[in-house]
Amino acid sequence: MMGIEWLAPVILTVITAATPLVFAAIGELVTEKSGVLNLGVEGMMLVGAVSAFVTATLTGNYILAVAAGALAGMFMAFLFGILTLSLMANQVATGLALTLFGVGLSALIGQDFVGTPVTALAKLNIPGLTDIPFIGPILFGQDALVYLSFVSVAAVSWFLYRTKAGLILRAVGDSHTAAHSIGYSVIGIRYLAVMFGGAMSGVGGAYLSLAYTPMWAENMTAGRGWIALALIVFATWKPGLVLIGAYMFGGITILQLHAQAAGLDLPSQTLSMLPYLATVIVLVLISKDQSRIRKHAPACIGKIFHPAA
Amino acid sequence: MTSKTIASVLGAVAVAGSMLVSANVSAQDKVGFVYVGPIGDHGWTYRHDIGRQAVEKELGDKVKTTYVESVKEGPDSERVIRQMAADGHKIIFTTSFGYMNPTLKVAKQFPNVKFEHATGFKRSANVSTYSGRFYEGRYVVGKIAGKMTKTNVIGYVGSFPIPEVVRGINATALAARSVNPNVEIKVAWVNTWYDPGKEGDAAKALIDQGADIIMQHTDSPAPLQVAEARGVWGVGQASDMHHFAPKAQLTAIIDNWDRYYVARAKAALDGTWKSQDTWAGLKDGMVEMAKFNEAIPADVIKLAEETRDGIINGTIHPFAGPIKKQDGTVAAKEGETLDDGTLLGMDWYVEGVQGKLPK
Amino acid sequence: MLLKIVKRPEPSRAMVYLTPLMALVLTVVCSMGVFTFLGVDPVEALRNFFIVPINNAYGASELLVKATPLILCAIGLSVGFRANVWNIGAEGQLTLGAIFGGGLFVYLHDVDSVFLLPGMILLGAIGGALWAGIPAFLKTRFNANEILTSLMLVYVATLLLSLLIHGPWRDPDGFNFPESRMFSESATMPLILEGTRLHFGTILAIIAVLGTWLMLAKTLVGFQIKVIGAAPKAGSYAGFSQKKIIWFTLLFGGAMAGIAGVSEVSGPVGQLLPSISPGYGFTAIIVAFLGRLHPVGIIFAGLLMALTYLGGETAQINLGLPVAVTGVFQGMVLFFLLACDVLISYRFALNRTGRVSG
Repeated sequence: MMGIEWLAPVILTVITAATPLVFAAIGELVTEKSGVLNLGVEGMMLVGAVSAFVTATLTGNYILAVAAGALAGMFMAFLFGILTLSLMANQVATGLALTLFGVGLSALIGQDFVGTPVTALAKLNIPGLTDIPFIGPILFGQDALVYLSFVSVAAVSWFLYRTKAGLILRAVGDSHTAAHSIGYSVIGIRYLAVMFGGAMSGVGGAYLSLAYTPMWAENMTAGRGWIALALIVFATWKPGLVLIGAYMFGGITILQLHAQAAGLDLPSQTLSMLPYLATVIVLVLISKDQSRIRKHAPACIGKIFHPAA
Repeated sequence: MTSKTIASVLGAVAVAGSMLVSANVSAQDKVGFVYVGPIGDHGWTYRHDIGRQAVEKELGDKVKTTYVESVKEGPDSERVIRQMAADGHKIIFTTSFGYMNPTLKVAKQFPNVKFEHATGFKRSANVSTYSGRFYEGRYVVGKIAGKMTKTNVIGYVGSFPIPEVVRGINATALAARSVNPNVEIKVAWVNTWYDPGKEGDAAKALIDQGADIIMQHTDSPAPLQVAEARGVWGVGQASDMHHFAPKAQLTAIIDNWDRYYVARAKAALDGTWKSQDTWAGLKDGMVEMAKFNEAIPADVIKLAEETRDGIINGTIHPFAGPIKKQDGTVAAKEGETLDDGTLLGMDWYVEGVQGKLPK
Repeated sequence: MLLKIVKRPEPSRAMVYLTPLMALVLTVVCSMGVFTFLGVDPVEALRNFFIVPINNAYGASELLVKATPLILCAIGLSVGFRANVWNIGAEGQLTLGAIFGGGLFVYLHDVDSVFLLPGMILLGAIGGALWAGIPAFLKTRFNANEILTSLMLVYVATLLLSLLIHGPWRDPDGFNFPESRMFSESATMPLILEGTRLHFGTILAIIAVLGTWLMLAKTLVGFQIKVIGAAPKAGSYAGFSQKKIIWFTLLFGGAMAGIAGVSEVSGPVGQLLPSISPGYGFTAIIVAFLGRLHPVGIIFAGLLMALTYLGGETAQINLGLPVAVTGVFQGMVLFFLLACDVLISYRFALNRTGRVSG
């Protein structure tokens, strides 16, 4: 068993680091599959984080808090939808503006809650199972949101590839004119997809402020929304790969911290570059097969749709 | 849009136009603060803003304090500082190292305005510098840590390898090894002042590598929270953070700018202000220790208190020799003490710290 | 829905100029409500955001200083965006420009030559182009999506700068603080207006805007970019090389961002610091689209964006408005500007049948 004990705590740390990325990325993946590019993930996460935190502090009810995070993210996404779907504003610029807006709005909402602690989200504890060495704490010792993140990935995968609604959503993303001519409401479906993305970003934010680091501080997402966006590209729009990407990115981040703590003789900046470089290298390796990427990348992403009257 | 709203818009535009020529006239003297982070960071900037509030409270109606938060180091800071100076502020506190050259540049253009730059080393006729000897607090904590550690590993979450941070690490190592020669310090640099998630992850990595005491030189309470959750000890940074970690916080090293800010603002108002360099520590109350955790044994608390009092009355200097560098060379012989210049530019580890500093 | 959106037969010329004004009016109306809600005198707030920062010559010069890197980055990005090349890593290319340009000074700091500054600008452009060349290579050779590669390289660039400034490029007289030597006279952008910070970089930005305009309007490569952007298939039928366009637009965008970087460090910054840009490369993406990817539009968009930052600072100093309010206000301004643009190509019409279209 020598050499494996150290791995369990590393995995536990990676799980918490990866979970917010998984939520935000899997939600945005659905948005993008419908043909909409929302770069406002960072802003939606922040508003979700603060809403969840404030709700948890005021009510003590964590289910309500997570729901508040999801609703807040959804509200932000709805704003984005009005602008880009109804008013056909440019998606890239609107998404970036949404982030500016979200950073400010979350700071305003949270200004009276800085420096307030909140109890971390409870972790599962099944006597007997959670105590199993190594796999016990990993499999049976997580908080509810971690399990939910895995369920979300599976559900999104099932929805997109195994249900008719998912097929329609992908059709809307691949060829909105065709989907429209068959009679589907392209705009309506995109609204739903955008708002799902917002809700998941909100839950990702809630995970940050309730479980990862149970507190509220301005800008606490510190760029995770951008990483989530990159992970979707990395995953070539496949739900399963989002999960792998998030865990790989989180894993390398944690391992480089371990390497530093172990006294590895390399500048910390060089080590900190590793997760970003690794993501690029792996993308290069999996991008060679052009046809496979084309199969999964939504063809209409970022394109404005206006139904001909 | 109804005609009523259109009318009100036009009215508003007209009012806005007429305000073009009017200017802000105020009888109060203005005291300005430039912050590098948001006041909601609960760290460095948060403490400076507490200092600003102290000025407001102490000097009451005589002054109006203003601040600009999240001002990036570089061109933005020069503009903000200049705008404050041009706007009739009597004294301006610029609270980040990166504001050094912009502060000096603006000060040259506004010889009648007083400037106070935190943590820098360049001064002029109307620019003072000030900073806290936070390493004194680290030294007190180091004594406690050396006594309290069971694994003999102290984990240190670092921001950037600048002298200020290196000094804190070294002070901790010297103190800890003076009471427990087996102590080693492991450092994990997160390359940011502020990213709660990453800071927490670094703390977890250090704990996984055997640390049972977590120290930090980053801004958020996340490492301390991790210490609480993992059942090891932690140390509060900048503020007393015991409400984030009631069990784990051994003590906290508090930045207290209140007294300094009030005194310097007063001096600027009554004309006694002079350019000076202040590097104040426990003695002057710019660095304070939070209440020691009740779980610390009495003899260790006594040792910590003696160390603190010794630093205050001058019998203890954290960087008194003998001091050996990490590579074994002697930095200070028995009886020698490192001078402030050496401390200011410290870019080497003492014995007992693991890892290498970038050169 | 009573209203429906109908496509105009062709884009309205009048609306191109009218929509920004409409957005302004909407911003004024809405922010009245928001500021009142926050307990701030709305007229004072708007005055501080839009008028006070530029009601004197110095303020106006500061607006140009702030807008210069935004316009430089945005003009470079706009060319790529027209051809559907999604370079979102201008921030990293800007950083590399600063490293290459500033690095020349670090190694030649005792050289006093009129060629030093031109050399730095040239190297800055090369540095930015090289950094953008990586996504171009990975895209054309390995089909790797440039959104991810250019974004990841931003983080790598920032860490690279940090490594250099904390290590070998430190000022030897700087007590080991992370900053380079102050740039000498011959490594500093000449001032255009004494007593202000308005520097030669602004002229570079104007040249870049004019040059880009000419390139898009008059050259074959400009024509190819527009065709490929509008109809990729038509472009390939016409025999345009998609790869060539990817290379060209990325290198061009990188070079512009690189010049922005070197113009910042040898202009208002005056030395290399660990953080040399408050996210200009990202903000420039908004600027590019706000300016509708048109060189003239980008100038206006850059100035407006810069003004909201200056206004935010003024509002903090004079009214004590927290920086958070600036973010909310900026978001609002941008939302209105982007939303009003719908009227250029579309118009609202009464939905007489009462049926919801779409």
